[in-house]
Amino acid sequence: MKIHEYQAKEIFRRFGVPTPRGEMVTTPEQARAVAQKLGTPVVVVKAQIHAGGRGKAGGVKLARSADEAAQLASQILGMKLVTPQTGPGGRIVRRLLVEEGLDIKRELYLSILVDRAVEAPVIMASTAGGVEIEEVARQNPAAILREAVRPATGLQPYHVRKLAFGLGLGADALKVATPFLQSLYRAFIETDASLAEINPLVVTGDGRLIALDAKMNFDDNALDRHKDLAELRDLDEEDPLEVEASRFKLNYIKLDGTVGCMVNGAGLAMATMDIIKLAGGAPANFLDVGGGANAEQVRNAFKILMSDPEVRGVFINIFGGILRCDVLATGVVAAARELRLKLPVVVRMEGTNVEQGRQILRESGLDFAVAEGMKDGAEKVVRLAGAAAGGAR
Amino acid sequence: MSVLIDERTRVIVQGLTGREGSFHAQQMIAYGTSVVAGVTPGKGGTLHLDVPVFDTVAEAARQTHANASLIFVPPPYAADAILEAVDAALPLVVCITEGVPTLDMVRVAAALRASATRLIGPNCPGIISPGKCKMGIMPGQIHMPGRVGVVSRSGTLTYEAVHQLTKLGIGQSTCIGIGGDPIIGTSFLDAIRLFHEDADTTAIVMIGEIGGNAEQQAAEFIKQNVRKPVVGFIAGQTAPPGRRMGHAGAIISGGAGTAAEKYEAMAAAGIHCVQSPADIGQTLAAALGKAASK
Repeated sequence: MKIHEYQAKEIFRRFGVPTPRGEMVTTPEQARAVAQKLGTPVVVVKAQIHAGGRGKAGGVKLARSADEAAQLASQILGMKLVTPQTGPGGRIVRRLLVEEGLDIKRELYLSILVDRAVEAPVIMASTAGGVEIEEVARQNPAAILREAVRPATGLQPYHVRKLAFGLGLGADALKVATPFLQSLYRAFIETDASLAEINPLVVTGDGRLIALDAKMNFDDNALDRHKDLAELRDLDEEDPLEVEASRFKLNYIKLDGTVGCMVNGAGLAMATMDIIKLAGGAPANFLDVGGGANAEQVRNAFKILMSDPEVRGVFINIFGGILRCDVLATGVVAAARELRLKLPVVVRMEGTNVEQGRQILRESGLDFAVAEGMKDGAEKVVRLAGAAAGGAR
Repeated sequence: MSVLIDERTRVIVQGLTGREGSFHAQQMIAYGTSVVAGVTPGKGGTLHLDVPVFDTVAEAARQTHANASLIFVPPPYAADAILEAVDAALPLVVCITEGVPTLDMVRVAAALRASATRLIGPNCPGIISPGKCKMGIMPGQIHMPGRVGVVSRSGTLTYEAVHQLTKLGIGQSTCIGIGGDPIIGTSFLDAIRLFHEDADTTAIVMIGEIGGNAEQQAAEFIKQNVRKPVVGFIAGQTAPPGRRMGHAGAIISGGAGTAAEKYEAMAAAGIHCVQSPADIGQTLAAALGKAASK
């Protein structure tokens, strides 16, 4: 799960990681009031969306007075921000963070994430602050410092020394770097984060270390033990169909093709998208109904697929193991009747009770195309979806 | 003709009395697996499905001489269940549970490194040596005893591949579902090494996914060492970057972990790469034919 910068900074402060003073606002009047309260010669107005690259897209501005802060806020609020990370659709800005301006001496990069190869949290740092870490990794991988932290021993002073000297901060900086890293590491571990990233981390003129930016992602599997974090989810930042699907505990990701897919199992669902592409079509979504799906889940999945106006045909690809084919077929027929399905539907079933399942589809009186194998199914649905699209024009 | 499990495997089921545990233990017993004990804290001394239930894994292992454990325990308690099985010094532990928090697995991975236990999973369908032993949730009847080793990060996609093999009359030595999470016990490399060393496994199918670089590591090992034919497929060629495709581990991050780079590594290792998931069985049949005619 992703959260906004201002929310990440609230968590940082709770754990003792220094951040600039500032507040989240939703109106120009609030922006003016916060700028006045901060009282610094310069304040920063920052658009809050779940995507990076905000500065270049015009979502981060400096104001030299409270009036200017209000004026910039009225410009940015409601703006559609398009960055490389938002995709061409962009994101509407609904919240701003107004912060004090700082006397910046150096900009660094710092993050903690779980490295799957190392099987432990790894602290990454580089002197190239403000630059995307992927970019640094491509151009100069040696410039990235990495320290793995083993769970039994945790963060040790030597980790901090290696990083601080590696960044050229000098021995004096250890006094501030040690509590900074300890606090950040605790924030990461105690919130079950999957990423805590500060880019840039700044050194101020008076030698302080401050998280000028803040990004935190959390492990979805651990949200059950962090009810307070789950409440930080901003549904405005997510695709409405994905929000709806998550309510039904369906694994759904919206894509930009025309063939709706309903599959059991994540690997098979990805492979189904791939085979649709090979057949000359484009998948409209990733949808995993789960290994133990029942008739109700099938109905919910159908609803989601039909709410996507781009969908011209549906491909149901099920390998029945625990989910028996007859149960699936009953669910498909019931859902198609209830929802008065008008789209062409291709069903490919294999596995447990497949014959009974096919018979239920045949005897339903509904117009399902039954496929022999994945390849046949993908080719059929791409053809039917193409015809449906042509007919609609 | 198998790796890790066979007719001598004696299985404990942790979470035997739960809904999932009960259902799948029944299926496993029907398949011929020796399920010798269950563990449910507080239900020790009772019988469930005619199987004795114990309060702790250590007690179950001591009294029944079990040598493997299968875990059906809800996600918040799964890491503890794995650690208990490691503490009981069981050589093989298979964890089916989906949704184990990643930082829990960081602790488990550290404990595994200091032990002799092999973990398979979590978030996996389990492992089966057809005709001998099934430790997991896969449909037993689609498998057939034989000499092809199958390793995969997926569940149903593995069934798909196995089904294709069986329809062509090609049996399997052992099928290992290693799981779709970012941190797992047994990697592609570990599984490939086992099949490489098993004299009765004559060919290998590996089914990967986007995310991480485990497939590339296995490909490097295959390039250096493996002379058996290997067929490889990677799911997620059409997946967008930055999104988790169902499995927590299936994500392209920072432009790394794409299907294209995995295919490239596999092709460089001489692996027979399959672009369409419908062609896995046929490609293996062709590779076996070629290997036989050499």
